Amino acid sequence: MKHNQQGTPRKYGMVIDLDKCTGCGSCMVACMSENNVPFKKDETDKLKSITWMRVYKLTNGKPFPDTEVCYLPRPCMHCEGDHGHSPCVSVCPATATDYDHTSGIVSQIYTRCFGCRYCMAACPYHARYFNWFDPIWPDGMKEALSPNVSVRMRGVVEKCSFCYHRYQLAMEKAYVEERDTLEEEEYQTACTQACPSGAIIFGDLNNPDHAVHQIVQPDPAHHGRPKNPNAFRLLERLGTNPKVYYMSSREWVRKSGDNYLATEKPGAPESH
Amino acid sequence: IEVPVPERGPASYVDSVCTLCPGGCGISVRKIGDRAVKIEGKAGHPVNNDGVCALGLSGLQLLYGPWRVTGPKKKENGRWKKISWDRALSEIAEKLNELREAGKADAIAGISRTGRGTVARLMQRLLAAAGSPHFLPVPTNENAYSDAVARMFGKPGTVGFDFENSGYVLSFAAGLLDGWGSPVHMFSAHSQWKTNGVKMVQVESRLSSTAAKADQWVAVKPGTEADLALGLAHVILRDNLNAGAAANSRAFDSFAALVKKDYTPARVAAATGIKESVIVALAKEFAAASHPVAVCGRGDGQTPCDSREVMAVTALNALVGSVNRQGGMIIGPEPDYIQWARPVLDDTAQKGLAKGPKTLADLLAGKTPDVQALFVLEANPAYTLHDTTKVKAALEAVPLVVSLSSFMDETSALADYILPLPTCLERTEDVVVTAGLKTPMIGLTQPVVEPRLDTRHPGDVILDLAKAMGGTVAESFAWSDYQDCLEKTFGLVYGKLATEGYLQKSVLETLIDTAVAVGRADFAPVVEADKKVRQNTPALVLAAYDAMRVAGGAIATPPYAMKIVPDTILKKNDLYVEINPETAQKAGLADGKAAVVETPAGTAQVRVRVTHEVAPGMVAMPRGFGHTAYDDYVSGKGVNVNDLIGPVPDPVSGLDTAWGAPAKLIKA
Repeated sequence: MKHNQQGTPRKYGMVIDLDKCTGCGSCMVACMSENNVPFKKDETDKLKSITWMRVYKLTNGKPFPDTEVCYLPRPCMHCEGDHGHSPCVSVCPATATDYDHTSGIVSQIYTRCFGCRYCMAACPYHARYFNWFDPIWPDGMKEALSPNVSVRMRGVVEKCSFCYHRYQLAMEKAYVEERDTLEEEEYQTACTQACPSGAIIFGDLNNPDHAVHQIVQPDPAHHGRPKNPNAFRLLERLGTNPKVYYMSSREWVRKSGDNYLATEKPGAPESH
Repeated sequence: IEVPVPERGPASYVDSVCTLCPGGCGISVRKIGDRAVKIEGKAGHPVNNDGVCALGLSGLQLLYGPWRVTGPKKKENGRWKKISWDRALSEIAEKLNELREAGKADAIAGISRTGRGTVARLMQRLLAAAGSPHFLPVPTNENAYSDAVARMFGKPGTVGFDFENSGYVLSFAAGLLDGWGSPVHMFSAHSQWKTNGVKMVQVESRLSSTAAKADQWVAVKPGTEADLALGLAHVILRDNLNAGAAANSRAFDSFAALVKKDYTPARVAAATGIKESVIVALAKEFAAASHPVAVCGRGDGQTPCDSREVMAVTALNALVGSVNRQGGMIIGPEPDYIQWARPVLDDTAQKGLAKGPKTLADLLAGKTPDVQALFVLEANPAYTLHDTTKVKAALEAVPLVVSLSSFMDETSALADYILPLPTCLERTEDVVVTAGLKTPMIGLTQPVVEPRLDTRHPGDVILDLAKAMGGTVAESFAWSDYQDCLEKTFGLVYGKLATEGYLQKSVLETLIDTAVAVGRADFAPVVEADKKVRQNTPALVLAAYDAMRVAGGAIATPPYAMKIVPDTILKKNDLYVEINPETAQKAGLADGKAAVVETPAGTAQVRVRVTHEVAPGMVAMPRGFGHTAYDDYVSGKGVNVNDLIGPVPDPVSGLDTAWGAPAKLIKA
């Protein structure tokens, strides 16, 4: 059960087509609804607002009417780092977050987390969120909570799990049916499923039959760097080796995925 | 505080249709035991195939939220009292009968969120049987399109678009990706355009999400979209780019004379702020493209466009032959499956009906409105109509307001009776979906969960009320209950509807090879509208805009959707309006500063966001904020833009076509 059809470990990842993303926010709400994310009366302080998936708005910075904007959905990048040494996993003193080598998913174990927030400081993507408050649901609204995902308490960190419970459910089904393998559509995240634009593609980056692999063409010689010239990863040069890829036909968008000197072209330097 | 542990149980899915907007998406609701825990898109559904919008995904918060009305209520001395269903209905019936007996049957009226489907038609029937012609569905841009089509093509029709097969999309401020039409359907059409290299051009004064995704943003001066459309028509005719395709149409010569004289690129450039070279290039591209289509409908299209704009844009389609052609604008027949026997009318009813229908504005005008009893069926006029202060005052002056709603919304709050309804997740109802689709659809909602509260199906409320009124009114409703009415209306196809969840009959296939079905365009109404509707744009205009993350209509934005509103729009309870740096400089305002927006309808405290994403001369304010009802999760946040915009009745269509108001922006 640990391997895909090709006999290599599964490595789940995502590619988000920024040409298609309209910034509608469906992915954000699909995620909250799927994962029992709490909500408050005032959510306008975004430093205290828990959004595992968050859509950012980028701009080319040009004056009217040459202004352009682009939306960029940001889940957890599920960094592989160097053989599982993702930034957050490396610093957790409680082993509350862990890199699963059989799926490539970075987990978060709420009952182990004691809220030191080292992982939040270590994450260069602001993908981790702290529960500053007790989660409170207004009258009646607990009815809509899903038993597939535990509700988190005040004082712990949480983040996108690539809807790990959906992976578990798919694996359980495969096990009962005495299968070793999962079909591509058997395990999809809630955001991928809900996206009205079909901008999010999810699957096994190690499986050449999966769309993510075919679109991204990850280069094993360079920690999965995309061979597709329109694809890029956020802060590629940090070496976090993220499993979320983006695509854009616009150079300024690709360039805003990393910090570049004014004279540099987008894309990681060859020496990386 | 104890963290909840959600109860386990068997998982199941129930399919239904989302009715939170006119889009008609198929949904699949995940249940654990008897609880609904997640709304998902229905795979393979012709409208949305798996996709769902942020509002639809938040639907369970509307179902389970504390803003539901738990049972029938009556207002006594300004306070809500519980009342039984029987008592409420008999009291209301008694008052209606009193009006009938006094010869004031036409003082009864009903506002409805839609005019289509069995529930709306039952309301219309109740009014008719009582003697009132005043059944008033809330108009949208679909009505503006129907009006324009009736004038230009001589036949009333429903307008849709075959976007999937368009080769070039020219949108005049239609928020194709900001909630226009069937929103999820539009997103997938847009993705298809990206994949197939179809060019999309957005003409709009603000860099909306639609403009941001367009291949070209044409940032016209606020309110000059129609000028640009007619300017393009000028170039197409001047350079004979359509090879004389429309020359045989009625009144074509007078139209040609109008655009040749008044809409030269130089004049249009001066009016719109768009360079002559861009105007000419756009016209050439549009005319040369295979299967081009032009479309209008500001923002989410819930506000009608003025007749000049709708007709100018329709004329562009007619000029290049994109009416009832693949990839073009599709004029189809109104979905008409409700064939009931006429209601039984007594003398009182006949006299009342003879008086003819009036508009809502007429009915509510003056200190003593012509309406004595008003039903509001799942609409929220006290929030969504323009100049809400006046609307609220008028509603308060009506002696009997009955709100049929699931929520304690602004209109329910000032009603005399609230008759609470199950939400669309708790009831069966037919839903007619046109919403810009090339092929209209009839969907059927299914009860996903048992009704949670002491609610009654709106169809049954109307039938029970008719029974309580007795006489010919009761005789007009021969069904035992709503379900009986629904099944008899559909007859033999009900089984198919119930099993598949929707019925769809392709209009396009029958029309495409018979483009003559609508006849040739008559251009006289375009010339007429241009004469009557043309107006000057004020120096500074407050304009409402729509965005996918905020619900701007009768349904309020649920907490999950509110949570994803960016802090550049709402911060604590402060709403930000967007202004161009040039506007900011003139007003002496810096980014983030507090300001007062003043219009003829009212004033409001806001903050300014100085951005290059709007044209100079525009104060852009999002729709959907400033609720005063519901509760703290929804209300008290920002300003309702409808408070600041007065109605602008179109002299041709009669529809309220206001999209903004002349404004002043003052340092606070």
